[in-house]
Amino acid sequence: MKRFIGFVTKEFYHIFRDKRTMFILFGMPIAQIMLFGFAITNEINNVNIAILDQSKDTETQKIINTINASKYFDSMQEISHESEIENVFKKGKVKAVLVFEKDFIKNLETKKQAKVQVITDATDPNIANTITNYVNAILQNYTQQLNQEESTAYFIQTQTQLYYNPELKSVFNFVPGVMTVILMLVSAMMTSISITREKELGTMEVLLVSPLKPFQVIIGKVFPYIFLSIINATVIVLLGYFVFKMPIVGSIFLVAFESILFIVTALSLGILISTIANSQQTAMMISLFALMLPVIILSGFIFPISSMPLPLQIISNVIPAKWFIIIIKAVMLKGATLEVIWKETLILIGMTTFFIALSTKKYKIRLE
Amino acid sequence: MEQSTIISVSNLTKSFGDFTAVNNISFEVAKGEIFGFLGANGAGKTTAMKMLIGISKPSSGEAIVAGYNIDNQSEMVKKNIGYMSQKFSLYDDLTIKENITFFGGIYGLSRKQIKEKTAVLIAELKLEEVENQLVGALPLGWKQKLSFSVALLHEPKIVFLDEPTGGVDPITRRQFWEMIYAQSNKGTTLFVTTHYMDEAEYCDRVSIMVEGKIEALDSPKNLKKQYNAASMNEVFLKLARNIE
Repeated sequence: MKRFIGFVTKEFYHIFRDKRTMFILFGMPIAQIMLFGFAITNEINNVNIAILDQSKDTETQKIINTINASKYFDSMQEISHESEIENVFKKGKVKAVLVFEKDFIKNLETKKQAKVQVITDATDPNIANTITNYVNAILQNYTQQLNQEESTAYFIQTQTQLYYNPELKSVFNFVPGVMTVILMLVSAMMTSISITREKELGTMEVLLVSPLKPFQVIIGKVFPYIFLSIINATVIVLLGYFVFKMPIVGSIFLVAFESILFIVTALSLGILISTIANSQQTAMMISLFALMLPVIILSGFIFPISSMPLPLQIISNVIPAKWFIIIIKAVMLKGATLEVIWKETLILIGMTTFFIALSTKKYKIRLE
Repeated sequence: MEQSTIISVSNLTKSFGDFTAVNNISFEVAKGEIFGFLGANGAGKTTAMKMLIGISKPSSGEAIVAGYNIDNQSEMVKKNIGYMSQKFSLYDDLTIKENITFFGGIYGLSRKQIKEKTAVLIAELKLEEVENQLVGALPLGWKQKLSFSVALLHEPKIVFLDEPTGGVDPITRRQFWEMIYAQSNKGTTLFVTTHYMDEAEYCDRVSIMVEGKIEALDSPKNLKKQYNAASMNEVFLKLARNIE
């Protein structure tokens, strides 16, 4: 135990004295979450929309004017038939089409209820979602005003329809996503680099000649990164919660447990990389290309897996990050319990075991 | 000096696939001896040494180091040997004191022992003024001497030095060998690999490896007589030529 503490102390000296390491460890998570957070902002301005007014009455005109007056929407293109909707979307400038039903004013007066359909181009799901919310808000305001004037309640029913991406899959994607990327980066890349650094400098040989057993060396090297990764994960969740209002519906303990599991998965990958790579640069390249790119591209963080071609969908299954993102989103956003995500958790555990077994084997071969 | 054997190697072989890096070597090293382990690059001396220090397993043959079998008692072997690698083997981003504390720690020295050792070591190497400086800032010669002293911290019976004086100036090399002599006089066995043939002259006995085999083994004086050479360099060249 005393040896272990000595080893870990030494490891912390390495980390705290290297500016680059410190930056990656602590600057990066905050910078990334802020970038992603503010880049995927909920604010939209001057969005082009089109109107399909099948009623052409005074009420619809009022609503159109209100919408027109807001700073969010711009240049109302009038279209006259449903068949044109597809076309205006395809041209790309128009992001949403408002469809007023026939006899809007009549329905409103007789049935006290009328329908507006909001059709959005959901290729960019965030914008689509925001537009829908804004239109809804404007319509709600409008009905409230109507209801103040009249004694009976009017109700304008908005019906939203999302084109191209009906489930709006990138909502609150970025907090789990950034967390995954950072944990992967810190755990896998930093450990593989710190282990290969010892190899490169020749100190690994000295450690192996010492009475320390190889697995003690590895655990000693990996431990500080577990600790730092946990801090990182906490910072990201807190930033997500307080700065970006990312809800945490599920159990915070489950989030912690799953995060630690994923950290261990990433660490075992880092160890595996360090058994293959002999220099820090190789370790870094392998980490970047074999880990970071798939994590960013194939995990569902940025691009929804369901819209990928089938071969890529199949490949995405071997990427641990995919499962972690599924888990963390389910727990944080939907309040999933372990009973719901046991399958994904089991997959992560299985992967981790596999990586550890493989690196132990590789490590032994090296010693032969 | 008492003449007990501390390293005993018999028919040690290491092959990687078809290539035999170390081919059936046998030799003995006596306690307190300075044993020079020479050979050209690729002759197999590093491979042989790696087996003796327990980080590489022999394909066949056996060796007893400090009383323990390298095959199944490598943990005990490791406790009783010190090692200084060819590459500089301390941490540049740790201070002198931190390096000593770390290496003392992994060899299981108590905090008190480490404190005492550190004080003695720093005084001996006259490093008082720089003890809290990062090792990376020290000149190479000092680093090598410090590295050697750190390898001796746990008072090993044998110290393996893998080309310890590479890239060091002649004066520092001379000082380094003085440290080796001093240690030998204390009864420590020193197992040294080197390229420098003039350094071979400082050893009690030397072995010369050529293509995985030990071609010659004796004191430098006897070797020179045997090969009718004026210097170890000549001995080495003659041996290498015979093989070709």
